[in-house]
Amino acid sequence: MMGKYVEKEALPPPVSTSGPIAWVRDNLFNSPLSTILSLLTIYLLWNIIPPIFSWAFFDANFAGDNVDACTGTGACWVFIKVRLNFFIYGFYAEAERWRVDLSFLLLAIAVVPQFFDKFPYKMWLGVASVTLLPLIVGTLLIGGVLGLPPVETHQWGGLMLTLVLSYVGIVAALPFGVILALGRRSEMPTVRMVCVAFIELWRGVPLISVLFMASVMLPLFLPDGWDFQKLLRALIGITMFQSAYMAEVIRGGLQAIPKGQVEAAAALGLGYWRSMGLIVLPQALKLVIPGIVNTFIALFKDTTLVLIIGLLDILATVQSSIVDPAWRGVAAEGYVFAAFCFWVFCFGMSKYSQALERKLHTGHKR
Amino acid sequence: MTKDPDAITDTVTEAELRANHDKLNHDVDPDYVIKLIGMNKWYGDFHVLRDINLNVHKGERIVICGPSGSGKSTMIRCINRLEEHQTGQIIVDGVELTNDLKNIDAVRREVGMCFQHFNLFPHLTILENCVLAPMWVRKEPRKQAEERAMAYLERVKIPEQANKYPGQLSGGQQQRVAIARSLCMEPKIMLFDEPTSALDPEMIKEVLDTMVQLAEEGMTMLCVTHEMGFAKTVADRVIFMAAGQIIEENEPHEFFNNPQEARTQEFLSQIIGH
Ligand SMILES: Nc1ncnc2c1ncn2[C@@H]1O[C@H](COP(=O)(O)OP(=O)(O)OP(=O)(O)O)[C@@H](O)[C@H]1O
Ligand SMILES: [Mg+2]
Repeated sequence: MMGKYVEKEALPPPVSTSGPIAWVRDNLFNSPLSTILSLLTIYLLWNIIPPIFSWAFFDANFAGDNVDACTGTGACWVFIKVRLNFFIYGFYAEAERWRVDLSFLLLAIAVVPQFFDKFPYKMWLGVASVTLLPLIVGTLLIGGVLGLPPVETHQWGGLMLTLVLSYVGIVAALPFGVILALGRRSEMPTVRMVCVAFIELWRGVPLISVLFMASVMLPLFLPDGWDFQKLLRALIGITMFQSAYMAEVIRGGLQAIPKGQVEAAAALGLGYWRSMGLIVLPQALKLVIPGIVNTFIALFKDTTLVLIIGLLDILATVQSSIVDPAWRGVAAEGYVFAAFCFWVFCFGMSKYSQALERKLHTGHKR
Repeated sequence: MTKDPDAITDTVTEAELRANHDKLNHDVDPDYVIKLIGMNKWYGDFHVLRDINLNVHKGERIVICGPSGSGKSTMIRCINRLEEHQTGQIIVDGVELTNDLKNIDAVRREVGMCFQHFNLFPHLTILENCVLAPMWVRKEPRKQAEERAMAYLERVKIPEQANKYPGQLSGGQQQRVAIARSLCMEPKIMLFDEPTSALDPEMIKEVLDTMVQLAEEGMTMLCVTHEMGFAKTVADRVIFMAAGQIIEENEPHEFFNNPQEARTQEFLSQIIGH
């Protein structure tokens, strides 16, 4: 006998009742509580946004070249305009600043394509930006070769110094962190103990004291002639400190990978390094992208602490300009500018990490 | 198959292979591909495997069964050194398993394994899962590795899934991929640890069919399973383990119809009672 079962035709999904008005009704005013909260929020924004806008734009002064030009009740952006070169280059010799500009350009060329999905040679560019780029930019900024006059690192400052510190910190802390994390999970007791000691030592002290020791105490212990530059010491201090944090973030990812993955790799004949490099780390790093970027962002902002050892990062250049008697009452403008610069870079990193997570998502968990 | 499975080893002469083998070799025995001699293993104080003796002929199909916790998984995992044994000998294809990494590599090259939970690499596509080990361990060019992978995926009847990720496949499909992935290394011996027990009933058959086909092609197989139908149709020998020991072994007809030990009878009555 034939069954009565008839396959039902596939229908298109119902037309959604979307549109801005429906969205507002469904999301902002869908219950008494949410209506109250929405109205309260709108009231607060109404009271906050317009004054901010009039301070920053409508009542602000943009023209002029000294403090007397600032007659309005709003922000004195003249200050930023006049001091901008100092904020970007620090004391870097004026005639050589094109080298810094060129470095910025190279950085942009290396980094910006990473935000676009379809860009060809993206991987090679990525590899180059952590290997070649630091070498080229380092040579360019330090000089002393290829007919470039040397520029002492104590002249470096401003945004350029901030970027140098954080770029080197980021590029070096990740591989160190990976090695430390693997070491901490190693089956060899000595390797494990060394890594645990290293991580706990660096994580247990504040960065300020690391920097302070690197710049003040280290020279006391090193034999004469070993005294390398303050910048290099700060770089090493920051890298060690952040790689300890990075190691713990990555260890979290390593622990989340089921043991079966390593066993399957071993059963296929892959040795330790291949099974880590091809199977475990790609999965573990993908899992902890948010944590890694969190550490990068913290590192980026922590570079401001180099002020303590007399290096002038962007925040320090702003601060030293604020106390200049020629510019009175521009503290707010200075800090807003510095905060904005930090925010742009941190937001960029955050966006990049989100894009990366989306791209690497192959889980399709059921 | 587009390729002769022996094509790779053809470049090495028989004599070289022999010489290479003899260097690693402690006890060449042409009859047995796996020999466990008085093997013991402990987890801490817990004596999990007790004086295991087992010889496996080339091409022999062995089913291992027994109650939970009897050490079945542990025993077959010792054969490719996922677990380390403490005393006794394990000799696989003439190579004794010791702490020597060279020996372990040599054994793992000849032994493939399928796990209960598939353990596919979720960040790689099906095809990448299959070519990874041939490319990195055997240093094959990608094209050749992919050709062989597609041939094996066809054999397990899922070539159309090659570019999907494991998470997009059903359990049965994943297990068949796992089998294909192991076969891509062209092992002489295949170990299966409860390959169907994480699967829904309608998927068990597709995996068992693949395994039956493999058995018919003459693969040496050691299979921990509770699929008694499979044991009856393909096994040359059924081994019953309990409390870390091999209690009884026999050819399947005798084993199921005429078990000698009380422990075996009890186990079988439970299984059939299900
Ligand atoms: N890593 C370990 N450490 C300590 N004990 C373990 C470990 N792995 C397994 N065991 C113990 O060893 C015994 C044998 O385990 P095994 O996994 O080999 O059993 P099995 O026969 O495969 O059982 P099942 O049918 O449940 O898979 C069990 O009692 C188990 O608790
Ligand atoms: Mg088991």
